[in-house]
Amino acid sequence: MVALVIYSVAHGSVQIFSFEGLHFLTGTDWNAVEGRESFGALPYIIGTLVSAAIAMAIGVPISLGIAIFISEMSPSRLATPLSFIIELLAAVPSIIYGLWALFVFRFWIRDLIELPLYNAFHGSVPFFAKYPFGLDVFTAGIVLAIMIIPIVSSICREVMRVVPNSQREAAYSLGATRWETVKIAVIPYAKSGILGAAILGLGRAVGETMLVTLVIGNVIGAAAIPTSLFSQSQTLSSLIANEFNEAASDLHLSALIGLGAVLLMLTVTINVGAQLLVKRMVKVPSGEKT
Amino acid sequence: MDGEKDWGENHRTLVHDQMKKKYRSRIIIDKLVSIFAIVCLIAAIVPLGSILLEVIKNGAGVLSFEFLTSPQGSIISGNGGIGPAIQGTIIVVGLASLIATPVGVLAGIYLSEFAGIGLFPSAVRFLNDMLTGLPSIVIGIVGYVTIVIAIGSFSVWAGALALSIIMIPIVVRVTEETLKIVPHSIREGGYALGISKARITMSIVLTTAKSGVLTGIVLGIARIAGETAPLIMTILGTSLFFSSLNGPVDALPLRIWRFASLPYEHSHAFGWGAALILILMVLGLNVGLRMLAYRKGFEIRTEA
Repeated sequence: MVALVIYSVAHGSVQIFSFEGLHFLTGTDWNAVEGRESFGALPYIIGTLVSAAIAMAIGVPISLGIAIFISEMSPSRLATPLSFIIELLAAVPSIIYGLWALFVFRFWIRDLIELPLYNAFHGSVPFFAKYPFGLDVFTAGIVLAIMIIPIVSSICREVMRVVPNSQREAAYSLGATRWETVKIAVIPYAKSGILGAAILGLGRAVGETMLVTLVIGNVIGAAAIPTSLFSQSQTLSSLIANEFNEAASDLHLSALIGLGAVLLMLTVTINVGAQLLVKRMVKVPSGEKT
Repeated sequence: MDGEKDWGENHRTLVHDQMKKKYRSRIIIDKLVSIFAIVCLIAAIVPLGSILLEVIKNGAGVLSFEFLTSPQGSIISGNGGIGPAIQGTIIVVGLASLIATPVGVLAGIYLSEFAGIGLFPSAVRFLNDMLTGLPSIVIGIVGYVTIVIAIGSFSVWAGALALSIIMIPIVVRVTEETLKIVPHSIREGGYALGISKARITMSIVLTTAKSGVLTGIVLGIARIAGETAPLIMTILGTSLFFSSLNGPVDALPLRIWRFASLPYEHSHAFGWGAALILILMVLGLNVGLRMLAYRKGFEIRTEA
């Protein structure tokens, strides 16, 4: 299976790499007009990384908070329905997140966060220096964060559950408060697992397509390099989704598959790293649990 | 003597006061963290609530018999419906699960019952986990390159193949996990009767773990029913009813995407309607399963 994936992506992208060479990774032009073709993936790589970074910055602390609440604080009668709700969030198809983000959430973000920030600084802070429409990397990042929360938090919860109770009891017996127990006994023990969960979430955020396509604004070429939090951008996957059906020439198609190849390498690296981390953590203390 | 005792007393109250002060701030920090955790939880629940609310509010209005069964009419006037999309989703997802179920279940059985410990099974497990993490759009490219180019047209087969690649690792994973929970004593009972290993696996272990394996399959179906990205490059989407397995077909997520990208009020309303149907299908499968699992007392793990 994996071989099939790698074969077809490699097969499809040979043409573009032989046409552009390494310039494909560093170029910023994106022109599909026949005779003037020029394809560079750099802006979309940056767009992908920026939106994923925003998603991580928001999503990971929130998931950690949820995991701590469910595994350490809530009474057990509450824990099951709560994790049930969080898992439901994981079950919502990403296209529906996209629809919701495009027609509802975008305006919340624009009116409640972006406009006030823009008005407060009047473009003096480069982060906020673009008049916001709500269709930008910031919105995409936040919706991505909402999407990765269920995954990250349920893995964090698993990992925290594996922490032996004797650890917690030791901390409590020293007179630690609940937070101090979490801080000195649970988190250090679960550290690599939590890190792994975060990276797995990063893998999801990098690969997510539909939702990003709907909210990120979809510009192409050098303009897709985000200059502020509120600028439109484009990610690897959203560009593929947008142009795949319109690709006229073989070269254009191959360029899109080439983007897929870059994306594949990015996510495989991220996932392998995460898997190794989570495995090491979960295997050691409890044998069978995964 | 007296003074010394006094000093001791004073010192004790001094330390006591300091500890008390420190203790208070520790309690406050503890409370703050608790509040933070609760806020996080709310921050995750609000979107879920809002999504459900908006989908129901905006989607319920367009629901009608015509909407569910007829093909799409003129977009601007808002005729027709999403019949082909519903039909297409059922066909593609059904085909994909027909491919993925045997492969996934057998691979899961192999990993849990026959593989033992070694380089090959752990490599299989590792690759399987990796497959779970692949972006679905990349899997769509696979469907495109292997089947669409080979056949020369966008086709149901390509979509089914791409979706089955997404579903297989989920089924493998859940099957392996559930079979592992089956107690050894049951297997040993089979051995004691002198039954062959294949027979034990098929009629004893698998029967015991039936509900768990089914859970895996249904979770997989729920997951692929909502996938959009791989469908763009495999089944393409059309506004007509299903014609042949080698031709393009429509699907709900795809239709939602197209509706949402159009600048018409009607198409947005249709998008919400399609989203309502999709979310009913997917969440229905999920919730139903979890209810069942909860009653039977075992746990479902969705994530790798």
